[in-house]
Amino acid sequence: MKRLLRLVPWLFLALFACEIIVVMMPKKEGQYHTRAFGRLPVLLNGRIQPFDSVARNSLLQIRSTGDVPIEQVPSWKFWHHPKKLRSSEWLLEVMARPDVADTRPIFLIHHSDLLGELKLQDKGIARSGLRYYTFNELKALVPEISEQGRKASELKTEQQSTFQKQVTKLANALSLYQRLKVTLQPEGSADFGREMAVFWQNLPAARVAAQASESGKEFDKEALHRVSKTLGEIQQMAQFGYPLVAPPLDPAAARNQWVNAGTSLMESSRTGEVHPALTNLIAMATAYHQEKPDDFNRAVADYRAWLAPGFPKELKKGEAEFYYNDVKSFLHAMIIYIFAFVLACGALLTLTTTPNVSEALRRSAFYLVILAGVVHTFGLVFRMVLENRPPVTNLYSSAIFIGWGAMVLGLILERVYRVGIGCIVASLTGFITLMIAHNLALGGDTMEMLRAVLDTNFWLATHVVVITLGYSSTFAAGLLAMVYICLGVFTPLLRLPIAAGGNAVALAASKGGRSAAGGMPAGSVSEREAWTTLGKALSRMVYGIVCFATLFSFIDTVLGGIWADQSWGRFWGWDPKENGALLIVLWNAVILHARWGGMVRDRGIMNLAVFGNIVTSFSWFGVNMLGIGLHSYGFMDEAFKWLMIFIGSQLLVMAAGLLPLRLWRSFRTEETPPPAAPAQTDGKPVPA
Amino acid sequence: MIRFFTSIRLTVVCLALGLVLVFFGTMAQDPIGLYLAQDKFFRSFFVSAAPMWAAMKKTLQMLHIYMPPSTAADVLHGSRFPVFPGGYLIGGVLLINLVASHFKRFSLTWDKAGIWLAHAGLILLLLGQLGTDMLSRESSLHLREGESRNYSETEREAELAVVDTTDPAGDKVIAIPQRALMGRQSFQHPDLPFTLRIKQFYPNSEVANRPANSTEPPAATKDIGLHATVKDLPRVTEMDKRDVPSAVVEVITPQGTLGTWLASEYIDQPQSFTCNNRTYQITLRARRYYMPYSLKLLNFQHDVYPGTDIPRNFSSRVVVERPNTGEKREVLIYMNNPLRYAGETYYQASYDPDNHGTILQVVHNPSWLTPYFSCILVGAGLLLQFGIHLLGFTLKRKPA
Repeated sequence: MKRLLRLVPWLFLALFACEIIVVMMPKKEGQYHTRAFGRLPVLLNGRIQPFDSVARNSLLQIRSTGDVPIEQVPSWKFWHHPKKLRSSEWLLEVMARPDVADTRPIFLIHHSDLLGELKLQDKGIARSGLRYYTFNELKALVPEISEQGRKASELKTEQQSTFQKQVTKLANALSLYQRLKVTLQPEGSADFGREMAVFWQNLPAARVAAQASESGKEFDKEALHRVSKTLGEIQQMAQFGYPLVAPPLDPAAARNQWVNAGTSLMESSRTGEVHPALTNLIAMATAYHQEKPDDFNRAVADYRAWLAPGFPKELKKGEAEFYYNDVKSFLHAMIIYIFAFVLACGALLTLTTTPNVSEALRRSAFYLVILAGVVHTFGLVFRMVLENRPPVTNLYSSAIFIGWGAMVLGLILERVYRVGIGCIVASLTGFITLMIAHNLALGGDTMEMLRAVLDTNFWLATHVVVITLGYSSTFAAGLLAMVYICLGVFTPLLRLPIAAGGNAVALAASKGGRSAAGGMPAGSVSEREAWTTLGKALSRMVYGIVCFATLFSFIDTVLGGIWADQSWGRFWGWDPKENGALLIVLWNAVILHARWGGMVRDRGIMNLAVFGNIVTSFSWFGVNMLGIGLHSYGFMDEAFKWLMIFIGSQLLVMAAGLLPLRLWRSFRTEETPPPAAPAQTDGKPVPA
Repeated sequence: MIRFFTSIRLTVVCLALGLVLVFFGTMAQDPIGLYLAQDKFFRSFFVSAAPMWAAMKKTLQMLHIYMPPSTAADVLHGSRFPVFPGGYLIGGVLLINLVASHFKRFSLTWDKAGIWLAHAGLILLLLGQLGTDMLSRESSLHLREGESRNYSETEREAELAVVDTTDPAGDKVIAIPQRALMGRQSFQHPDLPFTLRIKQFYPNSEVANRPANSTEPPAATKDIGLHATVKDLPRVTEMDKRDVPSAVVEVITPQGTLGTWLASEYIDQPQSFTCNNRTYQITLRARRYYMPYSLKLLNFQHDVYPGTDIPRNFSSRVVVERPNTGEKREVLIYMNNPLRYAGETYYQASYDPDNHGTILQVVHNPSWLTPYFSCILVGAGLLLQFGIHLLGFTLKRKPA
């Protein structure tokens, strides 16, 4: 039995590690080499990215997901993965087979007033309570929606009502979709390759006719007429085509001068030379439209071969980012974190009843957190390399980094006190922050280029990283305090003695061959063996973390001031974001001084630390919602609702923490008192 | 008394009050504007009821309890009853508390060295900020390509300038800053053969053409003022807008009045008059700070990321020329890389829409280095303190 229990953690680890390895292995192409297509580089938002990123970020903005499910599976059949259209496949469909793409329910509309206004309640399909619409269903409403959107966007974001924001969002999604459609060929073209071939043939005659017409001579109206339709289409593509797909012909001269397909074709119609990239891209679109996989695959390979000598860096970037998109490391880390969290909670709850099972669960949780941490780190580092930037560049990456910091901290705590609490901190913060990041990604490209003042790797690597560590540690302290209060009020666990190795004494005892059957082991363990109690240990953890949170947040607030001094000429301007950082410093200082001054004891520290969560969340998210300030990231209603829920929950925990001690299960007097732990003089700084 | 000022309870109370102050001071910025909020919350000894109420209403509004937000005017004219300690008071008491505890309680032993260092750094930081508050001065310098200037301007304050243009070799400028204009009625200067009487001063105003058949009286009796009307406006609170002040000024010689002039930032062309055979121009303009050297803009560059209009960098290539030393050098000022010269710092702040002109922020701040030192002191102090205890903790654990 014991040996079996010892194997459990390794089994868990192996299971999840296998999954990760499968995810990271290269995958096979289907009939169409859409993956190879998805890797091809284009220029958008000021940076080289693969078609796949264009597709994924567009889909996130339109549908709030990265793929398009194409079959309905009842949700209880969780083992059955519904068939999906991968992002690149969807993009190809939009560009080359718009008639099919128009029938995909991808437009997410969930604001009930908006649905009512557009009379859409009975249309569309509902999935998990959300309503999705096809472009065909919305087509007739496009003018109305874009008019409403235009009106709404004349207001400042903070003055818009929710309805207006939703209309703007839908209008943007529709416009994005329509722009994607004309990326490679005009809408509804059955054989654009042939159409262009005819166009090039007719062009010289048309040009002669145009010159004649300009100089007032007789001219061939028919010749002009033959090219006018295509010319109009190309012009439209030049005006609306979204990603810049055509690289510069001479990479040595102007590497960044990419243009969209229409612009490139217009240019060709002047010079008479067709861009090889366009020949291949049009061939891809035509082949995909006509369902000729071999032609499609050949065009993709040809284009790749053409890019290879002149644009090796761009090709590599496209491939790397495609891989990053494909692996979805943060999603997998999130899944492992949540499993680890459940296991760690299980470990904590079985600690007194079945110490050996508890230890097996705890180890499993520990290993899984390490695995999730590795995957998390992999994603983080991959992103840094892709962007060539320090880890935090925007709100999205700050969420990822806060989770990462808390994960590392949790692992360290778990090494010191082996009771599962470090695992809880690591897995819960990891999970929640990645969840927040996932929701932030719905806004679009998360690797957008940095505006001029932020374009400095030095300050991003110092100020921004340190402040994020400050957030991490304050959150970790707050979470530990919550654990303390919950365990204290609802369980007797705070009195659990912990042996010098960091394990619970119950476990140490059972390892030593003694039975620790059932109940509090208080009577069965001699005082000498108990090093401290769980309650004292938690209090010490919170104190230690608050110390470092103070260090990080102070240093960082000053660093931020120095950055401001370097770029705007003032150290401190009472800007909302600066004030937010200052609030954290002040609060941590309050906690430390209140403890040093003997104004609060363990329980007080815990309540103060929980309030630290509120302060930090205000500083991280709240100040962005004031709608002012130099650093604001944008207004977020949805996020604000969640912030309020979070603050409410913290206040509830604090209310529980304020209950008189006799109501706490851990401190009820009728139960046997805990063994006197030598924690009263725990060697912490108490200035005179 | 000493016990009160060295008590750690006082520290905690001050820190907690500071927390509340910073929170409401941040909230108030939305309705009443950054500068006013700074003045009312942080650069004052007490926060009065009106700004506090503005901050509270904003907080409630965020919680979806809507009340009409206060405006800057409400705060400027509202109740002055003090309801909360302000930044100077809390900061001052903290500083006293810090210094007192520093001498009274902290001993310089290894054990406490970290604490000692950190608090010394903190004292330096607070003193440095006090210095900045008292001594720093911000202005801006607008240059078109090819243009050279030897003064910077501040948009937050106006000055009434009387320029004696009689001497072709150089003008003589006598300027009265806005603060003085608002407080006093008349001004005399030994170089001026007349008295200036401020009949009316508008911190923010609108000047309009006066139609010939208008029943409204003209703004002044001379020059442009004859054909214009001036209207008082509430002061602006948005960070991206500014006040346009105007003044109606009467020129009085010992022989009697010469009439009244309308001086306003709306009016670009100079208005002149003669007195004792000398010609004077009268203008109301952004306050100027002259410097003994000049800056000339060679070119301004605005880089964007390819295929977008996201700004990547702004840079100004300027020549610094100092006639009295013959110094002349070329420097590049760009984002996060200011020019520090002769006690002034020039930052790339903004630019003209046509990309052929630059706006440099000019900051004069003698105590700009204190945060750097303080950051090092506090960082080292806290690291030392917590490091020692962390080490102690691990050592204690090992042998157990």
